[in-house]
Amino acid sequence: MEGQKLLQLHNLNVSFWTERDYLHAIHDVSFDVYKGEILGIVGESGCGKSVTADAILQLHDQQTTDYEGEINFEGLDLLKQSERDLRKIRGNQISMIFQDPMSSLNPVFTVGHQIIESLRAHKKISKKEARTRAIEILRMVGIPSPEIRIDEYPHQLSGGMRQRVMIAIAICCEPKLIIADEPTTALDVTIQSQILQVLKELQTKNDMSVIMITHDLGVVAETCQRVVVMYLGQVIEVGTVQQIFDTPLHPYTKGLLQSMPNLESNPNEPLYEIEGTVPPLNSIPIGCRFANRCPFATEECLTKNPSLENSNDSHQIRCWNYNEIGKKEGLYARV
Amino acid sequence: MQEFKERVPLLQVIGLEKHFTTQAKGLFKKNTVRAVNQVSFEVYEGETLGLVGESGCGKSTTGRTVLRLVEPTNGEILYNGENVTGMKLKEFNKIRKDFQMIFQDPFASFDPKKRIGYSLEEVMVIQSVGKKEERKARAIELLKKVGFSEEHYYRYPHEFSGGQRQRIGIARALMTNPKFIVCDEAVSALDVSIQSQILNLLKELQKDLGLSYLFIGHDLNVVKYISDRIAVMYMGEIIEMAPTEELFANPKHPYTKLLLAAIPVANPHKQAERPILKGDIPSPLNIPSGCPFHTRCPYATEQCSKIVPEIVHTSEEHSVKCHLFESDVTERGEN
Repeated sequence: MEGQKLLQLHNLNVSFWTERDYLHAIHDVSFDVYKGEILGIVGESGCGKSVTADAILQLHDQQTTDYEGEINFEGLDLLKQSERDLRKIRGNQISMIFQDPMSSLNPVFTVGHQIIESLRAHKKISKKEARTRAIEILRMVGIPSPEIRIDEYPHQLSGGMRQRVMIAIAICCEPKLIIADEPTTALDVTIQSQILQVLKELQTKNDMSVIMITHDLGVVAETCQRVVVMYLGQVIEVGTVQQIFDTPLHPYTKGLLQSMPNLESNPNEPLYEIEGTVPPLNSIPIGCRFANRCPFATEECLTKNPSLENSNDSHQIRCWNYNEIGKKEGLYARV
Repeated sequence: MQEFKERVPLLQVIGLEKHFTTQAKGLFKKNTVRAVNQVSFEVYEGETLGLVGESGCGKSTTGRTVLRLVEPTNGEILYNGENVTGMKLKEFNKIRKDFQMIFQDPFASFDPKKRIGYSLEEVMVIQSVGKKEERKARAIELLKKVGFSEEHYYRYPHEFSGGQRQRIGIARALMTNPKFIVCDEAVSALDVSIQSQILNLLKELQKDLGLSYLFIGHDLNVVKYISDRIAVMYMGEIIEMAPTEELFANPKHPYTKLLLAAIPVANPHKQAERPILKGDIPSPLNIPSGCPFHTRCPYATEQCSKIVPEIVHTSEEHSVKCHLFESDVTERGEN
């Protein structure tokens, strides 16, 4: 993969102190984000997608969270930055779009106020300029009559409109990287397609990079260029969107793709099932973390944890037997 | 399908309406929300009717009204040819064991202080079905049917994961040996790999026990997989109803077409520019005149904003509520 690397995660570990346990939420997570690409992170709930995203900006409670590893953003290790310096980066160079626009917008301020607040925190501009700019941005994200909408409160807007406002706040300082954490999960499909279109347009226009966190593989196929698949706090596969969907290597990725009903699924055939459930974080298996659900697990899988290896230039995989599994394709025969 | 004609519908809903009146408070006038409006459909024995639409379109209210969990404002519900709308609750409760419901949120639908066994048996206790031992035997039998063992009878809800709880929710719905189950977003809260387990289970049970489902969902891939026929709702009305294959192959209502186009396709090679449905769903307090969809419909004419369209049967099983479906204007959008 050519292109410049904007963000590099290198062996990132995040652990939390809870009342009872010390939980190792993500384990040796490494991946790169290139300039101008949309990178998808997929996985089921609890796999560490959001923890990874929040860790990039260190949004967790500092008191109870331990970070280890390296987060390299344009040559700057974010984990070594002071809180003061981080504040200059958050919302300015890296910004975030959250899942639930209602709880992430402040209900007692107008949307204009919230965009202007972010603008004035990072840029030296007058209130008047900021307001003009805010209206411009609201228009950019597709809000009709932004001159009027700017003085409205979040409760006066619909869910889709609120998410547009969230995007407006995220892009107002022209960040280099946007982290979108399930930006469309709370929305209807029709509104989802509107929001994804806005995001894609802005991404191309402003040449931003986007990390798109989602559990919806349809959204990934539609928006992303590369995909990171996570399972129980580890990256298990990284590849281009074509590689992940056409020639997935990890049994979990394969299972995930197969178990999802799509418009071509035959309703008379049962869906593929991944046996069992994701183990809880306080009892992580010793060997490969997917071994207890994997139909191909061997003795080795149960005792030794595989590392993330290169299968080819752009395709990485964490599995002991992916070569042999590739030959037993029958189990996952495509419908 | 020929066979449908001779069969008597298990459940017949005719002109169902549910209006909610908001309280008059100070300056605000009393207002009526027409949540469900002139909804008619049939559910035959052993079939699944899917109900889809955006949030707030009245899907769940329809499901609840059918079970008389909320009382309908107008309309009739015939069960096996018998009108149950006018029935006194006391009488209705006698046949209520034939109707059950599976709820969306597996975390909110169990009493955290009671053992699973208690929650399961409660259904039979309320219906005064069976003796104590019979109830327990039945609970254990059904736990086994949904993939658990006897020991789980004594466990508490917090000991189960979301997918497991949803299976217990299914077992609970089956306790009284129902004929008809309303599945209200039964798999929406679950991860893909768990979702396929539940969908397979629902299908298997339907085949074994001859159940009928009213399957309410917003994920069209899932609804397509499980349903024999699908009804599309918009602003409290069913605007199109057809057998699943027919609806996806040959949608007639412009809303259905745009809704189908909005589904993200989990295949990076099948990405194409698609028409996007503009705007948001209007407030149900203020339903547009004429066809409720005319404010967002790309083909709307003057007629649409004035006259409410009639339901037209284009074939035995395909009905649509639109002025324009026959003219070729709506075809253009596809190309």
